[in-house]
Amino acid sequence: MAKLPVPVEKLTAQFGPTLNYSPVGGWQNRSEPEKLVKTHCCFCGQQCGIQLKVRGNRVIGFEPWEEFPFNRGKLCPKGVKRYLQDNHPDRLLAPMKRVEGTGFVPVSWDEALDTTVRELQRVQAQFGRDAVAMLSGVSLTNEKSYLVGKFARVALQTKELDYNGRLCMVSAGTGNKKAFGIDRAANSWADILEAKVILCAGTNVAECSPITTDYIWRARDRGAKLIMIDPRVTPMARTCDLHLPVRPGADSALLVGMLRVMIEQNLVDLAFIDKYTSGWEETRDSALAMPLEEASRISGVRVEDIVKAATMWGEAPTSFLLHARGIEHHTKGVDNVLACINLVLATGRLGRPGCGYATITGQGNGQGGREHGHKCDQLPGNRDIENPQHREYIAHVWGIPEEELPRKGHSAQEIMNLIHEGQIKALVSICFNPLVSLPDSNFTREALSRLEHYTAIDFFLNETAHHADIVLAGSLHEEEEGTSTSAEGRVIRIRKAVDPPGDARTDTSILLEMARRLGRGKYFDHFTDSEAIFNELRVASKGGTADYYGITYERIENEMGVFWPCPEIGHPGTPRLFETLKFHTPDGKAHFHPTPYRPSAEEPDEEYPVILTTGRVVSQYLSGTQTRRIGGLVDMCPEPYVEIHPTLAQRYGIRDGAMMRVESRRGAVVLKAKVVTTIRPDTIFIPYHWPGDLAANNLTNRALDPLSKIPEFKKSVVRIAPVEPAS
Amino acid sequence: MSERQFYIDPSRCIGCNACVAACAECDTHRGVSMIHLETIQRGDSVQTAPVICMHCDEPACAAVCPADAIKRTPDGVVQSSLKPRCIGCTNCVFACPFGVPKYDAAIDQMMKCDMCYDRTSIGKKPMCATVCPSRALMYGTPEEIAAQRHGTPINEFIFGGRTIRTKVNLMVPQGTKRLEVNPGTMIRKSDLLNQARVR
Repeated sequence: MAKLPVPVEKLTAQFGPTLNYSPVGGWQNRSEPEKLVKTHCCFCGQQCGIQLKVRGNRVIGFEPWEEFPFNRGKLCPKGVKRYLQDNHPDRLLAPMKRVEGTGFVPVSWDEALDTTVRELQRVQAQFGRDAVAMLSGVSLTNEKSYLVGKFARVALQTKELDYNGRLCMVSAGTGNKKAFGIDRAANSWADILEAKVILCAGTNVAECSPITTDYIWRARDRGAKLIMIDPRVTPMARTCDLHLPVRPGADSALLVGMLRVMIEQNLVDLAFIDKYTSGWEETRDSALAMPLEEASRISGVRVEDIVKAATMWGEAPTSFLLHARGIEHHTKGVDNVLACINLVLATGRLGRPGCGYATITGQGNGQGGREHGHKCDQLPGNRDIENPQHREYIAHVWGIPEEELPRKGHSAQEIMNLIHEGQIKALVSICFNPLVSLPDSNFTREALSRLEHYTAIDFFLNETAHHADIVLAGSLHEEEEGTSTSAEGRVIRIRKAVDPPGDARTDTSILLEMARRLGRGKYFDHFTDSEAIFNELRVASKGGTADYYGITYERIENEMGVFWPCPEIGHPGTPRLFETLKFHTPDGKAHFHPTPYRPSAEEPDEEYPVILTTGRVVSQYLSGTQTRRIGGLVDMCPEPYVEIHPTLAQRYGIRDGAMMRVESRRGAVVLKAKVVTTIRPDTIFIPYHWPGDLAANNLTNRALDPLSKIPEFKKSVVRIAPVEPAS
Repeated sequence: MSERQFYIDPSRCIGCNACVAACAECDTHRGVSMIHLETIQRGDSVQTAPVICMHCDEPACAAVCPADAIKRTPDGVVQSSLKPRCIGCTNCVFACPFGVPKYDAAIDQMMKCDMCYDRTSIGKKPMCATVCPSRALMYGTPEEIAAQRHGTPINEFIFGGRTIRTKVNLMVPQGTKRLEVNPGTMIRKSDLLNQARVR
């Protein structure tokens, strides 16, 4: 019964988003803090150090943490205002159940948990264990991610577990594993400073990873050149040395074109390629098969600019390549990542100072979360759930027979598809708001309405949880101890600053209690605190590529973070991978892969002639569950808009600031036009953080990359029209 | 090592509003930011620029204040108007060549950036220069700036023939000595478009 109990307007009136502008008690009454808690920002993979001001079990403000080496006190506006998620009027203070016609009403924990367990067991008895799915998120700590992975597989005994990182770093992870056998930024950000050429492919660094701009600028101060590949002139592209305004979906054509030029101009390191890599011949031949004019025609980038970029990159003594969702959110996201890696491998600039490569992980614990928990095809330590030895080891750590460990399940979008088809009947979610973040929102809404049972664990009632039968009031980032792993691969400490308010409970205690009630308590009862979970994670990761065994809470605190892999207590950690040029692939070599261009799932046609690409704004985080409730952040960008080039706007009679309609095969939105020359004339852009009628994801396409299963958020096709104001 | 100074480099500004948000956290002007972020011409560029008080040697805001409410400290920080004196006339708002002072109707008083006197006086950096992700706002020594940055800091501005020196430095391309702003010689986008049409 996962239809809304009352109209959405009524739910919004009761559960927000309400805009919180001021600290508890108001600005005039804010007093001195009792303590400063050194922890990290909960928004984005940079995981900036921050100190939370605490008084009377309330977070009342922040103070920069200038000693933390990554950000040295720097914060974006989300970090500055993050404390306002505490003491928030929308905060869920007790478990609730859905009551038709009334909404959600508070119930006891016993009733909420009993109902959940009874319903899950009923569905599993009737339809099989895999008829229950769990969806999780990587704003959770490593401990919670690990616990969710174990909970779903050992307590729920379902294979259908996946997470919102599926919408984030999975193309990068898959590409990195294929090429290097390991899924982590190859370098800490310190190597950016020594690079002489920095290539950013599909990353709006300024808005999505703001502190990274300082690393890039410090390199530029030392003479580094900056190349930006982006359909838009983003704030960093505005001043860069070379901007390549690529047509959405054509990144691999551009990157292959660059490789071709580098081959023709002898700007490849054949000695390195010969000794440390495999797959070069096929990749070289594939690049040479693509005429440069063809690369230019497909990518929309001028031949001379492709040559210039290839020459700058090829000739650089040191370099750093950064990419993000712009190239990864495609049905060929993995290919795009591999095309980037090919450029790095062809020059041999890896594993030494100033020579680096990384994806910019977007989500708070996107890195650690995917290593240890809730990815449908992985076990802790970045192990493969279908590998017999890996299964045997983890089953041993968990104390279950190997044959009881579920096999590979489906990805997040596929789970939603199975819910829509009626194969999956019940859902448990934590820290994931798929109604806003998955593509094709109308489809997602329809799927949710078909669930027989849905329990949501969260601290605010997000738009997906509107469809829940039971809501379990969980905890914020600052309400539990733990660790997370930043985009650099640095494992850091998340500190508890306050207790959950009211009758809300920690996420950890909720999952442990559910495991007990599912009759599987004996596998979980030794988890007396977060550190006990981390210590089991250390053992579970031992011997995997993401080896945390040598990392302890004490070390993290003393050393301001430790970089994995760190296999022994005495091991210093590994800020820079591949220093010995030994890779984690079976043959020990880095692998080239040919990436011939193929079209996107949708290309413009007569009916839908305009390309839509979606992305973010600096003041919002993911689906906005937290940041759409913070007044100061919402004021910076109150609602989404459409960036459109003047020539395209003129063709359709769309004026700057006027409302326009955008329609795809799946849905429509009406938003304000922002007529700007800073975008390609064939492409419009909409930021995605909003729900309902404002959702960019009403338009986007559910097509997936065949390997990473990431949806194609960065390219769908639409038709546009002006909307005349009602007279 | 010299004393630390304030440097603004608009070329590095990413328009993130961290400075604006952080300024509002100050316990002296609770919830109200003393910084404004200017979007220069969004139709053609994503250029933004943070505007903080430049702390003039001879502040026009203080000179035009009929109530003598704006004071400059011995170390050159021009402060917000004094509450008992400010009459809310907004002369300062109109006089400032940099467009800094803002009149706050709720408290009937002019408030402006005082370079985080509460922080700098105890050896901390101003809040905005601490959080600024791209270090478009920087608080450091002239030696650090010379060693780290390409541009040149200037603190001399000529507005319609009148020279103004400031405590705060603006980073400009190398070789530039001062910035001259003359309304008669300003190039406007509309002028360029008209020229193009004539051609």
